[in-house]
Amino acid sequence: MKRTPLYELHTALGAKMVPFAGYDMPVQYPSGILFEHRQVRASAGLFDVSHMGQATVFGDDSARLLETVLPANLLELPNGSQRYSFFTNDAGGIVDDLMIYRLDDRYTLVVNASNKEADFALLQTLCGDTVEFESMTDRALLALQGPQACNALQRMSPGIEEMPFMGAKRAIISGIPCTVTRSGYTGEDGVEISVAASDALDLAWKILELPEVEPVGLGARDSLRLEAGLCLHGNDIGPDTSPVEAGLQWAIPHCRRTQGSRCGGFPGADQILAEINNGALRRRVGIRPDGKAPVRAHAELLDANGVQIGEVSSGGFGPSINAPVAMGYVAKEYSTPGTALHARVRNKPLPVTVCSMPFSPHHYRTKEKKE
Amino acid sequence: MNELKYTADHEWACLDQDIVTIGITDFAQDQLGELVYVELPETGIEVNVGQEVVVIESVKAAGDVKSPVKGTVVEVNSALNDDPEKVNADPTGEGWFYRVRVASPSDLDKLMDEAAYQELIATLN
Repeated sequence: MKRTPLYELHTALGAKMVPFAGYDMPVQYPSGILFEHRQVRASAGLFDVSHMGQATVFGDDSARLLETVLPANLLELPNGSQRYSFFTNDAGGIVDDLMIYRLDDRYTLVVNASNKEADFALLQTLCGDTVEFESMTDRALLALQGPQACNALQRMSPGIEEMPFMGAKRAIISGIPCTVTRSGYTGEDGVEISVAASDALDLAWKILELPEVEPVGLGARDSLRLEAGLCLHGNDIGPDTSPVEAGLQWAIPHCRRTQGSRCGGFPGADQILAEINNGALRRRVGIRPDGKAPVRAHAELLDANGVQIGEVSSGGFGPSINAPVAMGYVAKEYSTPGTALHARVRNKPLPVTVCSMPFSPHHYRTKEKKE
Repeated sequence: MNELKYTADHEWACLDQDIVTIGITDFAQDQLGELVYVELPETGIEVNVGQEVVVIESVKAAGDVKSPVKGTVVEVNSALNDDPEKVNADPTGEGWFYRVRVASPSDLDKLMDEAAYQELIATLN
């Protein structure tokens, strides 16, 4: 089992460790998942996400070559900006989803832990005379999330608070060189901080000294992203789901769509662009169980006649709304919010209602209006 | 309070005359994480040893609680419907699940005593 550079911190804090994507990771600290979840919604929480893959592609032709594997606009990505994107396969499915940011001529990708070897192998194939690839295995990744995250971190690194949503920059935090992006996976304002593995423990302990911040494990990370309506690759999206089915076509810019200046040119483009134009036959939707019982992944979704018309992809309890929440795929005629369905749980049909997401409103950084 | 007896599935049972109170152990609640949903049986139903009587859902997973005894459910802890976290806070007290009137109290003799159960969880930790 692999360990992140923060392993020692987790055990010192009394975390409950579980195997996740080959790493021994903290699922929760002694305060528990409900507390940690509410801590992030109310103040700020620090996550160790060093298991995720970080890699940089650099060199003259980087943006153009990355556009051959990502349906993104990288040629016009402003310096210091980040985007959400995904690797697609020839059938138009999602091989992995990721964040990518540009700092000067370097494009850094943050990918899912369980897919990083395959993703890195793909990026390696892009390399040649003009493009190089570097997997950043000597770096840790911390996420500091919550409404107080940036004003707390501001005291350790002036200028953090002014960063725009999805901005990226190099910063010194308490004397430690880092790369910071204003993004995350909770639906809250916050940052992700890439730091040398050798500095990670020092940085994490310093951040935890901020009175607004408590450590948060993978358990609350999952409930936070679920309430925020964000997809988990392997559950809610995968090689058999397309970006349009998943409701992620917003991440495909117009320049890469039909009649765009650089239309297509990524794996599965024909299928994905046709689906953008014609609609998908099934859609990812939010699902609210009418009762109190959680409805979990793989539960069948049934129409009024008991015929299966879909399946839950993620589900659990939403601590911020104090009710069970889920998401899943349904045939498009059942995807309108308000549609009444049943979910089969322990062989009983429980009433559920299709709803829009997020379940808990996003609180991303927005530019304040000038007076 | 009378002596608690235990199953290998981490339920506890406590006999008072012919009424057995049933819940899950501190070890079980700690493994499950905070409970968010408890589905209790209806009073009056007959339960057998090993029958799944209670459904519990935590922040992490779903589980079930099997009856350690045979008898009739005479009372359920309906406070858990609104406050399932009582199970985490006080698993052998306020976090009890249901009470069964047993035909033969000697059913409990087959269960583990405190020392045997502590030995079992020592092997699991």
